[in-house]
Amino acid sequence: MRLRSSVFAALCLLMEVFGIALFLRGFFPIPVKSSFSAKNKVADMPAEPSAGPTSNWTQIPAPLFRKVVIMVIDGLREDFVFGEKGKRFMPFTRHLVEQGSSHSFIGRARPPTVTMPRIKALTTGSIPGFIDVVMNLNSPALLEDNLIWQAKEAGKKMVFYGDDTWLRLFPKHFMEHDGTTSFFVSDYTEVDNNITRHLDSTLKRDDWDMLILHYLGLDHIGHLSGPHSTLIGPKLTEMDDILKKIYTSLLSKEVEGALSSLLVLCGDHGMSETGSHGGSSDPELNTPLVLASPAFRRKVAYDLPNVVEQVDLTSTLAVGLGLPISQNNVGHLIFPVVEECSMREQLRFLHLNGFQLSRLLRDGTSAYEKDVGFEQFRVAEKSHGNWVKLYLEGNTSEVLNNMGKKVIRQYLDALKSMSSSLSKQLGKYDLYSMMVGTVIVFEVLFLLLLGMADALRSNAELDLPLSSSLCSLPSYLLCLLFSAVHVLVCTSTESSCYFCSLSWALAFAVIFFVTALLCVILSIMARKFSWEKPQSKAQSSADSGFSELDTLLLAGTLGHVLSLGASSFIEEEHQTWYFLVNTLCVAVLQDVCRKYFKETPEGGVCTPSKEDLEGSDYGSRLLKGQEKWLALATPLVTLACCRLLRSLNQTGVQWAHLPDFGHWLNSSEHNVELSFLASSSLVLIFLLIHKRCSMVSKIALGMGLLGVYSYRAAVGNVQFPWQQHGRDLSKGVLEARFVYVFVLGILFTGVKDLLKSQVVAPSREARSRGLWEVYSGLVLVVALLFRPHNLPVLVFTLVIQSLMSRFIWRGLKYDAAQTTIMHYWLGQAFFYFQGNSNNIATVDISAGFVGLETYVEVPAIFLTGVHTYAGPLLWATHLICHLSSEMQSSPSAMGHGCYCFAVLRSIPAALYVLLVTALRYHLFIWSVFSPKLLYEGVHTLVTAFICIFFTAMDQKRSAR
Amino acid sequence: MKDIEIKGMVSAHAIIAITILLATLAPTLFVGNYSVYGTHLVWLYSCCSAVAAVNIALYALLGVSPTPKRHTLSYKVTKLFRSFMYFGFSCLIFHGIVVLYGAPLIESALETFSFAVLLSTFTTLRCICMLGPNVQAWIRVFSKNGAMSIWDTSLQITTLCSVIGAWFGAFPIPLDWDRPWQVWPVSCTLGATFGFVMGLLVAPSWIYWYRKHLTYKSK
Ligand SMILES: [Zn+2]
Ligand SMILES: [Zn+2]
Repeated sequence: MRLRSSVFAALCLLMEVFGIALFLRGFFPIPVKSSFSAKNKVADMPAEPSAGPTSNWTQIPAPLFRKVVIMVIDGLREDFVFGEKGKRFMPFTRHLVEQGSSHSFIGRARPPTVTMPRIKALTTGSIPGFIDVVMNLNSPALLEDNLIWQAKEAGKKMVFYGDDTWLRLFPKHFMEHDGTTSFFVSDYTEVDNNITRHLDSTLKRDDWDMLILHYLGLDHIGHLSGPHSTLIGPKLTEMDDILKKIYTSLLSKEVEGALSSLLVLCGDHGMSETGSHGGSSDPELNTPLVLASPAFRRKVAYDLPNVVEQVDLTSTLAVGLGLPISQNNVGHLIFPVVEECSMREQLRFLHLNGFQLSRLLRDGTSAYEKDVGFEQFRVAEKSHGNWVKLYLEGNTSEVLNNMGKKVIRQYLDALKSMSSSLSKQLGKYDLYSMMVGTVIVFEVLFLLLLGMADALRSNAELDLPLSSSLCSLPSYLLCLLFSAVHVLVCTSTESSCYFCSLSWALAFAVIFFVTALLCVILSIMARKFSWEKPQSKAQSSADSGFSELDTLLLAGTLGHVLSLGASSFIEEEHQTWYFLVNTLCVAVLQDVCRKYFKETPEGGVCTPSKEDLEGSDYGSRLLKGQEKWLALATPLVTLACCRLLRSLNQTGVQWAHLPDFGHWLNSSEHNVELSFLASSSLVLIFLLIHKRCSMVSKIALGMGLLGVYSYRAAVGNVQFPWQQHGRDLSKGVLEARFVYVFVLGILFTGVKDLLKSQVVAPSREARSRGLWEVYSGLVLVVALLFRPHNLPVLVFTLVIQSLMSRFIWRGLKYDAAQTTIMHYWLGQAFFYFQGNSNNIATVDISAGFVGLETYVEVPAIFLTGVHTYAGPLLWATHLICHLSSEMQSSPSAMGHGCYCFAVLRSIPAALYVLLVTALRYHLFIWSVFSPKLLYEGVHTLVTAFICIFFTAMDQKRSAR
Repeated sequence: MKDIEIKGMVSAHAIIAITILLATLAPTLFVGNYSVYGTHLVWLYSCCSAVAAVNIALYALLGVSPTPKRHTLSYKVTKLFRSFMYFGFSCLIFHGIVVLYGAPLIESALETFSFAVLLSTFTTLRCICMLGPNVQAWIRVFSKNGAMSIWDTSLQITTLCSVIGAWFGAFPIPLDWDRPWQVWPVSCTLGATFGFVMGLLVAPSWIYWYRKHLTYKSK
């Protein structure tokens, strides 16, 4: 079967996307969730186990505390309280910890150490999986069973002040609330004063049962200047004073004989030595957890706090408030908190917690009965029953007490092992699905690499031995073999594989597909070897013409792939691309020098096309002379642009805290500068692309760019010179939709031109104009979606593209493959120039709301995708425009470009999949490697779309 | 005929390499708590000046550079002046390129410039010594098949090696190991020096290995 290389490349990429999707499904474990969608109810609570007469205690135990105040300090790390800093700046807290009636622990948070998943963990008691974080970037209401919901159900009155993430997670749960946004990181006093100002009046009142405070200031200081900043001390002292105020107020309200109150101090996550968080280093994970209540016994001796899981707080609080423990909780009761209760109560609490955990275990795993913790729990439950029987019989001897202590120990062991086996399931990979995915990805890669020599020939066609290899005996046998392996794997392992849970027909289709790919690869290889001998000489002579530029392009591509093995290089991948692009510019500069400024044997400096010059007149000679200098200037201009853009957005991890130009522009006092920059960028964008558009789209483009500016003015990012301050802001829906109309108009004219050139009258001019219009439509969308400070990125893209395509790619006659690689590299560099990184946090979700009243899933995802991948998309589209204008001189350029693009994407994607599989127990797997894996997957998907577009544009040549 | 030349080159290169070693060790005698990372600029300039001195002395003595036809004083002074100017220019150009590569613009500008001086010493200074302040000749040497003697080839190799060394030197900077040599520009200067020394060692052996294939156009 003969295929054009562009079609082949697009097909390969689609298959690769499928393989990666399968891999991702296996790689990201779905967290253990109870299969019941309903929340735990009081009625579901088990009664006390008993071995003889039924127990009379079937109700849920009464609460232990009258009021609870939870004070969450964002970014409070363990040594701020328990370490040297705590001693200096938090005297009251230290006093409470060392001598007061309190229990203190080190609460270990789980990565990702980001506020939202941490709040979820604290309230649901479950550990949000990585995929949860990705899926809930816009944090809609928390639907899972959680402590806050349970408290509301039980009729508790709750008050909340602090980070408005809580309000988004728990809408309408609080009787009274005041949210502060964590968006303005540079503000670290106002955010906290906003909370504290409510405190006095709230503490005086008595109409609430639960008060939650979430202070953000400390975290903001961390982001601004790190954990050793001089601002930290005063902030800690401020927090200490607040804690003192709350505690003394609670003490003053204590009534003899009634229940006492509980004060909880905790951090949602710590901060790293640079002041950021999100990763999995110890300073980020370890947070203090202090529970203080007059009900606790006063400390006699202070010893170092024990380590507990952060999620343990949830079940403890649920017990303390007399609420059902939420369904997906994996934490276990912090036992010292209930130590003061009677033996019967203690046992009851432990039993409730154990029952909840065992139910979760039963729902989550099929082999729960073999679980050690589950068995221990069964045993403990039985002896608990015996104890209750004795107790009800009126036995009060020492025997009963000793027996109770033994049951407690049994329960604690059982809870611990159930809890750990539940949290371990998060780290379990579905290796079989991952392997099938990897196999598909690698088969595609081999296919692409094997076909490279054929695909890059002048006719850009591939001959696939599809039918011959499929209708052979080995292929049937292989297919049978793989099916047998599949059956064997799926019946032998108890753990649930995604690939096994597929229906038989679907699974067989995938197996058949894998076999087909393998057979094709084998037959191509066989053919290669049989043909190798006569061709080898011609091959070697062709390969010798390897220029320095080719070496650089090859080495850079491979070097980048290799660099992905180190977590720092993933975090700082932008540096790799900037470095490669700079080197590329220097190499091009050297090429230009060599071509235009080389000394001729006669001693003069020759211009490259001597033959052209001889026949031409003086004018064009002058032009040629100018062109020489312009060609020399192009790489330098590119270098300068890259340097400027690099300081526009600091990304990555190590240097992300450094001040950059983008922050400077976005601060409110530089609004005028930002407005000027945005408006001049929009004018430049118009000037740079209007030339090759038709009249209609020229007007539409101009109007659209005006609309972009008025959208930004409506949203409040920029201002019109005649506008005074203090105008009311809107969502800018109307303005944005105005722009969308023009975008659609431009795209429509572009597609119309393309169709006309394809179907009606084949003309190269209409076709390149149509392509250019599609391209300018894309530019307009990107201009709308980009934040105003990023508009220079777009301008520089256009400047570099127009200069490079005129003086370098055309002037120096680079072939399609070289041009494609350069486009790919530049696209990658621009991906990072616009402020992206390999961290999920830098995805700007606000782009998904442009022109929409509310969150609508499909357009929001589409717009966010276009915004995030704007750089690669713009460069790829430009590549299509460029190659299609080259088609006169080299008709196969389009196919070659598409093929190279596919290869360039598959190599890193395939090797990264392998790498992640090998490093799946690495410390940074969740914080560094998995986000990158998602980026790779999405990038491959985007590239597949681009290749399909390529294929569509390549249609013409074969039809002719 | 070539063997003598190669032997001369080996000894010249060995002298330069030993000079670098000595220049690295010598400051211990004069500077208190000296270390290559800690007092990096001291090491850098000691290295630079030593290499420069040895290069100038060697090529003045050996007379590899093209013999000038006129020996007037004014000609010599202009030549000297031009050499200095070119050296200064090359420092500035290297500084510019390094900044374009992402070195900080204002802070640690001195370090960046010192790195540029080091690179210029390893590359431009040798060009000035061997080819004279003549840009045309430089372009000729560094274009394809432009070498006219084994000294040109060695110049190509050492220049390329120092630049590539500096290029590779930038690699460890993003790694989060927090080592003293990851600080800008220590790893790059060390890379450049290492590359230069490697170039000095590789050049004669490479020329010796490929002496059959190397055909030089007559001057
Ligand atoms: Zn936080
Ligand atoms: Zn934070």
